[in-house]
Amino acid sequence: MTDQARTKIEELAGGVVRMAVAAGASEAEVLVRIGSAFSATVRAGAVERLLQAGFRKLGLRIFAKSRSALSATSDFSPGTLSDLVARTLEMARAAGEDPAIGLPGGECYSNPDPALHLSFPGAASMPPESRIDLARRCEAAALTFDPQITNSEGGSFENSSIHNVYANSLGVLKAYEKSLCSLSATALAEQDGRKQRDYWQARALDACGLPPPEMVGREAARRTLRRLGASRLTTREVPVVFDPLAAASLLGHIAEAVSGTALVRQASFLLNRIGHRIASPLVTIIDDGLLPQGLGSRQFDSEGLPSRTTTVVREGVLENYLLDSYAARRLGMSPTANSDREPDGAPSSGPSNFYLRPGDLTPGEIIASVRQGLYVTELLGFGVNIVSANYSQGAAGLWIENGRLGPPVEEITIAGNLREMLLNITAVGDDLQPLAEIFAPTILISRMTVSGSQP
Amino acid sequence: MSEALSRGGDYGDIYLEHTAREFLTLEEGILKHAGRNILEGAGIRVISGEKTGYAYADGFDMAEIGAAARTAGVIAARGDSADGRIPGGSPPRGHDLYPLNRPVVEEDLAAKILLLESADRAARALDSRIAESRIVLLSEIRHVAIFNSNGALVEDTRPLSVFQVSCIAEENGDRQIGIKGGGGRSGMEFFDSMPPEHFAREAAAQALRLLEAREAPAGPMTVVLGPGWPGILLHEAVGHGLEADFNRKGLSAFSGRIGQRVASELCSVVDDGTLPGRRGSLNVDDEGCPTGRTLLIEKGILRGYMQDVLSSRLTRAPVTGNGRRESYAFIPMPRMTNTFMLPGPHDPEEIIRSVSKGLYAANFGGGQVDITSGNFVFSASEAYLIEGGRLTAPVRGATLVGSGPEILNKVSMVGNQLLLDDGVGTCGKDGQSVPVGVGTPALRVDEMTVGGTAPS
Repeated sequence: MTDQARTKIEELAGGVVRMAVAAGASEAEVLVRIGSAFSATVRAGAVERLLQAGFRKLGLRIFAKSRSALSATSDFSPGTLSDLVARTLEMARAAGEDPAIGLPGGECYSNPDPALHLSFPGAASMPPESRIDLARRCEAAALTFDPQITNSEGGSFENSSIHNVYANSLGVLKAYEKSLCSLSATALAEQDGRKQRDYWQARALDACGLPPPEMVGREAARRTLRRLGASRLTTREVPVVFDPLAAASLLGHIAEAVSGTALVRQASFLLNRIGHRIASPLVTIIDDGLLPQGLGSRQFDSEGLPSRTTTVVREGVLENYLLDSYAARRLGMSPTANSDREPDGAPSSGPSNFYLRPGDLTPGEIIASVRQGLYVTELLGFGVNIVSANYSQGAAGLWIENGRLGPPVEEITIAGNLREMLLNITAVGDDLQPLAEIFAPTILISRMTVSGSQP
Repeated sequence: MSEALSRGGDYGDIYLEHTAREFLTLEEGILKHAGRNILEGAGIRVISGEKTGYAYADGFDMAEIGAAARTAGVIAARGDSADGRIPGGSPPRGHDLYPLNRPVVEEDLAAKILLLESADRAARALDSRIAESRIVLLSEIRHVAIFNSNGALVEDTRPLSVFQVSCIAEENGDRQIGIKGGGGRSGMEFFDSMPPEHFAREAAAQALRLLEAREAPAGPMTVVLGPGWPGILLHEAVGHGLEADFNRKGLSAFSGRIGQRVASELCSVVDDGTLPGRRGSLNVDDEGCPTGRTLLIEKGILRGYMQDVLSSRLTRAPVTGNGRRESYAFIPMPRMTNTFMLPGPHDPEEIIRSVSKGLYAANFGGGQVDITSGNFVFSASEAYLIEGGRLTAPVRGATLVGSGPEILNKVSMVGNQLLLDDGVGTCGKDGQSVPVGVGTPALRVDEMTVGGTAPS
C-alpha cells in the first residue's frame, strides 16, 4: 500500500468514528482490514490454480451508554457509511443494557505500542512466475520422494498483506501492516489398494523465513508414507505421545477454555480456577503477542490495546485468562490485549501466539520412555467439550512398542477428560517450533483410553 | 468478461454478490450482541484446460473489477491446453424454492427480540438446574448474479436463517451443554411451525440428560442411528468421497468405483438441491446451473458423482448443479446440497429391538472425514446404551469412527421413515463453508468403533 492510500484509510476510519459520535453515540470504534492476497497451486507439475484477491472490510461498534451494536461493510462510499452509522445506532438503542459494555478505559492506551516488525515486502515483490516456481518445486519434491507416492493434491505458495487500522472516540487512531506467506504440499501414497494422504505446511511473515520448498514437499511425503499399511487396534488404556501438531490441537482447546468469551458464558471447565493447579508442574503456557516474527504477533489487539506477554499457566498453576475489555470487566480483572474480533464478527477474546514452553527431553527420549503406547500424529472430529472437559477424538498415528515407533494405526479414538489429561502430562519435549499461532512441543500423557475397531 | 478472456481461455464467469446479514445473540436474558453486515463484491474466473485463474475484489468498483478480470485471464496466457469451449447456450431455468415475502433479516428488530426472549424464558422455566442459556438468530439475504462466457445471465435471491439455543445445566459442580437449532431458506413463517420454545426445551432437556449420563463405552459394537441429523454419517462417510473433483484427480477412496458395490442392498443415497425451503437447497448453484436430484448410490451400487462445470467437462459427465462457493471470494467446486438415504423396509422400533447390546445415537455434533483413506469420525451429542433390545442409560462423550467405503456395507436394517435434519448444517471443504442439509431413516450398523472411556 502507498503512504497516500494508508493516510486515506486512516482518515476514513477516524471520519466514521466522528460521524457516529455526531449522530449521538456515546462511544464508537472502527476497525479496518484492507489488503491483498495471492496464491498459486501446482498439481502434477502444471499450474492448476492462480488466485488474486483485493479485500477490504470496515467494522463499526457503536455504544449508546451501556448498550451496543455492531456492523460491517465492504462498501466504503459515504452514503453507505452514513446509513450504516444510523442503522447501527438504532440497533444499539434496542439492545440490552449491560454495564460492562464499553470501550477499554483511556488508561489502557497510555502505554506505547511495541515496535514490532511484522511487514516484509519480500513475497509480494517476487514476480508471479517465481512464486509459481516455489509451489512447483514443493510438489515435485513430494512426488519424487519415493515410488510409493502416487499422486498429489498439489503444492501451493500463498502470500498476503493486511493493513490494520483502529480508531475510537477516545481519540485513538493507529495502524500496522502485516505480511504472511506459506508453502504447503499434500501427497498421496498407495499400498494394497488402500490410499493415504498427509500434508505439510510452512508459514512465515517473511518469505526469507520459509524453509526451501523441497523440505516442505519431502516432509509431506514422509508423513504420508508412514501411514501406509495402517492396522487396527483393540481397546486399551495406554500412555499417549502427542506429536507437535497433535499437542498444538490439544493446546487449542486450552486456549478456548481460558478465553474470556467462554468464561463470561460460564462455558469453560477452567472457570474460577485462577491460582489453582490445573496441570502437571511441567506445563507452562504463554500467550505472547510480541513474539518476533510470530504468526500471531500484532502491534495491538482488536480494541487497539498494545500487545503484551501473558503467562497463562506457570508450572501447572493457572495464573491468567485471555481477556478483552468486556470479559475483564465482567470478571473483575484487567484486559490482557486479547480481543480478537474480526471487523464483521462479534467481540471475542482469544490467543495471539499461544504456546507450551519446551522441556528438556528430545522427542526420541520421550518415545523411548514408553514401553507400549500410541504416538498420535493427527486428530479428527469435534469430540472435545470445554464445558464438561470430556475429550474423545478420532486419531491416527503410530504404535509404540518397546520405546520405538512401530506400525501405523488408524480408525481409533483417544478419550479422556481434559482436567486429568493436563495433570497427567508426564513429559514435555524440547522440539518447540512456531508452526502456527498455537504451537507446542511433543508431550506425553501417561494414560488415556484408546478405542480400536479390533474386537 | 472481454477483459477476462482477452488472452484466450475455454470459459469464464463473473459472480456478483450482495449480502445483508444480521446476527442477534441473547445472553443472560438480554440482547447482548446485535450486528448487521453488508458484504458485496465480484469474483471472476477463467478456465483454460484444467487450469483456473480467479480474482476477486470487495465492492463494486468497476476499475477494480476490470483489474481482477485481467488478473484472472492471465491463466489462459500460460500456453497449452484449451480443449474446446464449454458447451454454450443458456442453462435451463432454475427453480423457485424459497418464499421471499417475509425475509427474517428484514423483519422488525423488536419482533425478533421477542422470539429470542421467549426461547430464553422457556429454557429457564424447564428446570432450576439450567444455569445459562444463549440464543442466536442468524439471518441473511443474498442476491447473486452469475454471467458466463456463453452469454448466460442468471440471478437468484436467497434467504437463509438459523435459530439456535444452547443451554448449560449445572448440578454438584458438573456442567453439561445442550444445543438445538433449526432454520432454512424461509421467512418469519418458519417460526409458526417451529416455535422458539421448541428449540429451547430440546436444548435444555439435552443438557439435563447429559448431567445424568454415564461415560460412553469404548470399542467395536452395534450402533443404531436415529433418524434425521445422524444422516451426517452419510455426508462424511460417503458424500465427500463422491464429489467429482476428488474423483477426477484420483484422491478419493471411491475413485473409479462407479458401478461397483459400495453399500449393502438396503442403501440408496441421493443428493437433492430441489427441496423447497431447505437449508441446502438452491434455485441454481453458484455457477448458474439449476440444482437437481442426483442418485449417488442405488441399492448399494455406486451410480454417480456430484459435479461442477470444470469436473463435468473434464470427465464428460453431465453437470448436476453442485457447483457451490462460500461467496465471491472463493472458487466454486463440487459440494453437497441436501444428502440423505431413502427409506427402507424396517419399523424403527424393530431395529432397536434387534440389538441385544449396543449404542443408539440419537443426535450428533460435528463430523470430519479424510476422503483419501475414507476414515471418518463424528461425535454423538445424545446417545443411549441399548441393552436387551431396549434403550437404557444415556451416555456422554461418544465418538464414532469408521471407514467410509466399509461402513455402508455393514448397514443391515433401514427404517421406513425418512427424516431430514432441522436446518443447522454447515459443511467445510478447502476452507469454504456452505449451508447443507442431511437426513436418514433409522439405521442399524452391525459394527462401528465407539470411542468412550468406559469398558464395554
